[in-house]
Amino acid sequence: MAVAEPAQLDPMHQFAVQPIAHLFDIGGRGVYLTNSAVWMGIAALLLWIFMLGGMKRQLVPGRWQMAVEGFTGFISSMMTTNIGPEGRKYTPYIFSLFMFILFANIVGMIPLGLFGVHPFTATSHFTITGVLAILSFAIVLIVGFWKHKLHFFSLFVPHGTPLWLMPLIPPIEFVSFMVRPFSLGLRLFVAMTAGHVLLEVFSSFIIDSLHAGPALGVPISLASMALMVGISALELLVAGIQAYVFALLTSLYLNDAVNLH
Amino acid sequence: MPQIDQLSESWFAISQLFWLAIIFGAVFFIIGLYMLPRVEATVDARDRKIADDLASAKAARDAADSLEEEYRTGTNRARGDAQGLIGKAKDKAAADTAKLVAKADAAIAEKMAAAEAAIAAARSQALAEVEEVASDSASALVARLSSAKISASDASGAVKVALNHG
Repeated sequence: MAVAEPAQLDPMHQFAVQPIAHLFDIGGRGVYLTNSAVWMGIAALLLWIFMLGGMKRQLVPGRWQMAVEGFTGFISSMMTTNIGPEGRKYTPYIFSLFMFILFANIVGMIPLGLFGVHPFTATSHFTITGVLAILSFAIVLIVGFWKHKLHFFSLFVPHGTPLWLMPLIPPIEFVSFMVRPFSLGLRLFVAMTAGHVLLEVFSSFIIDSLHAGPALGVPISLASMALMVGISALELLVAGIQAYVFALLTSLYLNDAVNLH
Repeated sequence: MPQIDQLSESWFAISQLFWLAIIFGAVFFIIGLYMLPRVEATVDARDRKIADDLASAKAARDAADSLEEEYRTGTNRARGDAQGLIGKAKDKAAADTAKLVAKADAAIAEKMAAAEAAIAAARSQALAEVEEVASDSASALVARLSSAKISASDASGAVKVALNHG
């Protein structure tokens, strides 16, 4: 079975970006419409539809409007607690980031595979999460140098550092600062990839064990199914938490840039 | 791992970047910059409305409280005024009564004094008449019993002595 159709049971196959249509070239490299792009677009579209509920702008909100306002209030209160009143300026970016990652994560979790459509989790690619992380990091750098000019480098010298630690602390701080975009991008990519691989592995257990006969197949399938249900719930939680962590860390880094520390 | 393997394909990275730029850019401009401020404005407007309503309710309650206070002090003052008036009227009435009583007392005392004087006069007159009648009857008794004539002055002197002893 595995020899006949290797792609079917390869748990990594789900992360392969499939080109759908060639659009045009940029610098000799073809730009394709891909399944990744389609599912990113679907996530963005669903996000837009969700946000439409918040545009009713009623004084007494309905459930949908309450849900949208819950999300906006969640992010803007996070910004004001982490950065202060100045943080509201950056709420549009952090909100877009949070909602886009959240919807992309959740869209990738929808079990549409049952109907032959395979959702693609765009956030399981570091080409996506890495670019978002670099974007956040670039905004932090731009805001930091814009507001504090070269004084921004005092970020690497925490308050109350004893003089004899001066040769040690700033390099450590600098390294930890430069690691931020990598940790930010890799965390999301790894969490998404690991969860989806785990689900795929358990589902392949079901298929493989059923090939081995019902005596072995049925108990293993039932156990795997139970585990998959649990892991799916966990993955939904992770989808929310990773989006939150990405937004929270970006807001904390922005706080460093806005207020130093 | 396709995420890494596909990097070697020339279309992969550029397609991913292109679509991320387009889609996340659209999300940022439409969701972040257009929709989010409107949703937040709705929330802010609601919060402000609630705060305003609460403030006006508080103002109304304060106004009611001050009105009640005003009413209470008003009634207290009116009651105090009324009590003052009543007290004054009572005092005046008492003073009037006392004056009238004093006048009546004086009139009564005058009348009584006059009456007493009249009684005393009548009494002394009556006593004088008793003396006269007694001396007359004494001289008449003496004349009848002893046929001796006694002078009126003797008779009256004897009567006086007898009256004083008797």
